[in-house]
Amino acid sequence: MLIPILTMSIMGLLFGLGLAYAAKIFRVEIDPKIDMVTHALPGANCGACGMPGCASLAEAIVNGKSEVTSCAPGGQEVYDKIAQILGAGIKVKKKKIARVRCNGGKASSDKYEYVGLKKCAGANLLAGGNKECRFGCLGFGDCVAVCPFGAIHLNENNIPVVDGSKCTACGKCVKACPKKIIILEYAEHEVYVKCLSHDKALAVKSICPVGCIGCKICEKLSGGAFMVENNLSKIDYTKAKPDTPWQTVIEKCPVKCIVKE
Amino acid sequence: MDLAMFLSVIIGAIFINNFILSKFLGLCSFIGISKETKPALYMGVSVTFVITCASIITWAIYNFILVPCHIEYLRTISFILVIASFVQFVEMVIKKFSQALYRTLGIYLPLITVNCAVLGAAVLNSEMFFKPGISTLTSFTLSVLQGFCVGLGYILVMLFMSGIRERLELCDVPKSFKDAPISFIIASLMSMAFMGFSGFRF
Repeated sequence: MLIPILTMSIMGLLFGLGLAYAAKIFRVEIDPKIDMVTHALPGANCGACGMPGCASLAEAIVNGKSEVTSCAPGGQEVYDKIAQILGAGIKVKKKKIARVRCNGGKASSDKYEYVGLKKCAGANLLAGGNKECRFGCLGFGDCVAVCPFGAIHLNENNIPVVDGSKCTACGKCVKACPKKIIILEYAEHEVYVKCLSHDKALAVKSICPVGCIGCKICEKLSGGAFMVENNLSKIDYTKAKPDTPWQTVIEKCPVKCIVKE
Repeated sequence: MDLAMFLSVIIGAIFINNFILSKFLGLCSFIGISKETKPALYMGVSVTFVITCASIITWAIYNFILVPCHIEYLRTISFILVIASFVQFVEMVIKKFSQALYRTLGIYLPLITVNCAVLGAAVLNSEMFFKPGISTLTSFTLSVLQGFCVGLGYILVMLFMSGIRERLELCDVPKSFKDAPISFIIASLMSMAFMGFSGFRF
């Protein structure tokens, strides 16, 4: 009886000591802040931030790769704690939200009748989807299904609508959209062009009533903030001025593809 | 120690006695980390590495400690001790020398500690090759070879499963069958297919 007990104890002891010694030799210096931030986070490892777990998010926050406000479930209390750990001088980055850059939906015409799986990814495999417009939303709601916060729903026109108060800019819908029409943008930039079509005016007109036709009216009215490039209107917010006549531009757009959130 | 024996160990470990689909070991990681191909491959490679090394260490422990002391019945507990310590050690080394690799393997590395496939391989080795009739060198070579091939079989099935599950993402699976249930059904179908290999007995 003594021999097995002794052998196992000695083996256990040796391994334990060996590991302790190895831990000393192979010790890696880690910023103590990472540990503190890890404890400040909720610790649910939910993955909503896009990281595998809270520990990796803590590392990213301390290294400045992620924002202090990346943890959506944590809320303000957690942000305050993290900001306290990291000390003053932390800039809270501007909030981003997902924007759906297409307004075609049911109004835009179909190329063929699609009867396959009710998924955008599936439809996209068949000649780029059943919509005549090769840039437009397919409307099967892959983004709705993938959103962990329930911030997206399809409206009556079959276009996804993002709820800005729920959206945390985690980017899952951006990845899920096969047409790449969901884009993360700054929430404070309220005016945006709800179309991504580079087709020429005639082509757009024949397939979609709300597609940008590149008429340049916005360019003329806005005094530099809008730029029509490759048949598509774009907003350059660095050139926007306090007196940029957003409301006029929105009203004058002949196809109403410039919208304000 | 001839070629036929090597071949039978290789084919036996990869196909006939495939750890996941024939022996049903390591199912936790098989279901858990087979959603995408890349992590599945990383997991497979790290499991292969650990199983191969664990085969070497358990061979030494068994032959130089357990057999001389006549305590072979403590095989399981001592193997667990060895494997757990070894995975911890590997984790430390990787963390020290390659932060990038450490981050890629992430949670999978500590998970191997509790992967029964590793213990299963060690126990299978001891049952098959750690016998008085087999010379020391032969039993060592075959154990390491079998450990490595068990890992290869694991990678193979992980790749099958992750490939199928990636395509499954695009399929209209009934809500109640989504994710784990349909994976179990697929695993059982694959397992039946692998049963066909059991006809190849050498």
